[in-house]
Amino acid sequence: MESNQAKHGLVGPNDPIQRTQYPYVTGTSVVALKYKDGILMAADMGGSYGSTLRYKGVERMKPIGKHSLLGASGEISDFQEILRYLDELILYDNMWDDGNSLGPKELHSYLTRVMYNRRNKFDPLWNSLVLGGVKNGQKYLGMVSMIGVNFEDDHVATGFGNHLARPILRDEWHENLSYEDGVKLLEKCMRVLLYRDRSAVNKLQIAKITEEGVTISQPYSLKTFWGFSAFENPTVGAEGSW
Amino acid sequence: MFRNQYDTDVTTWSPAGRLFQVEYAMEAVKQGSAAIGLRSKTHVVLGCVNKANSELSSYQKKIFKVDDHIGVAIAGLTADGRVLSRYMRSECINYSFTYESPLPVGRLVVQLADKAQVCTQRSWKRPYGVGLLVAGLDETGAHLYYNCPSGNYFEYQAFAIGSRSQAAKTYLERRFENFVDSSREDLIKDALMAIRETLQGETLTSSICTVAVVGAGESFHILDQETVQKLIDSFEIAGGEEAPAAAPDSAAEGGAAAEQSGATDQGAADQGPAPMDI
Repeated sequence: MESNQAKHGLVGPNDPIQRTQYPYVTGTSVVALKYKDGILMAADMGGSYGSTLRYKGVERMKPIGKHSLLGASGEISDFQEILRYLDELILYDNMWDDGNSLGPKELHSYLTRVMYNRRNKFDPLWNSLVLGGVKNGQKYLGMVSMIGVNFEDDHVATGFGNHLARPILRDEWHENLSYEDGVKLLEKCMRVLLYRDRSAVNKLQIAKITEEGVTISQPYSLKTFWGFSAFENPTVGAEGSW
Repeated sequence: MFRNQYDTDVTTWSPAGRLFQVEYAMEAVKQGSAAIGLRSKTHVVLGCVNKANSELSSYQKKIFKVDDHIGVAIAGLTADGRVLSRYMRSECINYSFTYESPLPVGRLVVQLADKAQVCTQRSWKRPYGVGLLVAGLDETGAHLYYNCPSGNYFEYQAFAIGSRSQAAKTYLERRFENFVDSSREDLIKDALMAIRETLQGETLTSSICTVAVVGAGESFHILDQETVQKLIDSFEIAGGEEAPAAAPDSAAEGGAAAEQSGATDQGAADQGPAPMDI
């Protein structure tokens, strides 16, 4: 499990052990909510190298097994490592071929253990993960942070989304959202994030998971309007701002 | 001088393709007092006969709770049975720690069988001398498995192991087709009847048997002695000499079952198929 890089120094065996102390390529917010038939999740496709918008086609939402959907913000390569863990897990789960399968609840718990375990090795996986799914008619939506903090909710968002999208969701989310209304609500959140989060890009995907399975949309852009007066002269009325 | 050249070592084959040490371990299961199990769509009931080693001692526990959804009944070396139950408990608790959900019964049974199999392939080990009836519930329903020292495992609708278990098996064979849709109470009744079959005339009381249940909305638990005695009384099945409540089709099938059991006994007597084929 532990990489060679972590066991030995970078150059020689006597060099100090190095961990991933900083993320390199990162993705920004993921927003997800429960709707009538399942879970909807949205994430843009940007990959930032520090503050440089280095990649613009990063898929940050992936189906896991039959019943789950995983979205990630944070270090992209760590996300890819997590996907490898999960692929193996699902493979071995399928190999039993006994009618039992890991559902979203089980995967969420597994991810929590992995994340918390790695932070205890002072070698965290630098991600915030969103796990959604439907199994046996039961909707599930939860989050795990890079240090293993985890919870379930009706709607969740990582990173900037926590500050900018959750308040909107708290106002407008309800149990019986239709697919169309769910998508509209997510787009509203993503648009606010696009305006206010400098690492967000205007190319996003929306994923849906229901009892029937996962569908992830083709990448698309949101209509924007940058002519708001607050955008044209943002410092007016902001005392002390430059 | 040597009765058998090929039975001093688990890993040594006989020219006939048999592993005698493994077969001896299978025999150990038959020496232990009887344990039975049966299941419906939603419930599994385990039962066993408690036999004290001496007048002065109490009996050894033969039914163990592994987790909320799994329990085992054992026959054979009780000490080996306890070791295996402890292994199963720890597998269950580790699984729930990682996934916050119960370990599927079939998977635990395979792990247990693999553990037993290793002992049949290492010269410095001995096979476990215990048979386990594993009862459990998971997302695919209620299950009853039998794990034996050879490393084989089988899923059953109903089964009995241990001394005089053939009588219980005959009883269960006659009635198992109705078990799928049985109520919990009927399953327990059939469990008690099957246990009684193994007693051979001895009176069935709550002090010489243990019954445990697991099922939908009911986590695995051993019924307390009072409850069992009340059930025995209410079913009026205590009397050993009383004719057993015959199944409607017992006349036709009973004969067949008896014939079958006769054939099995004979097979064992003239060393036909190896016991691990069971």
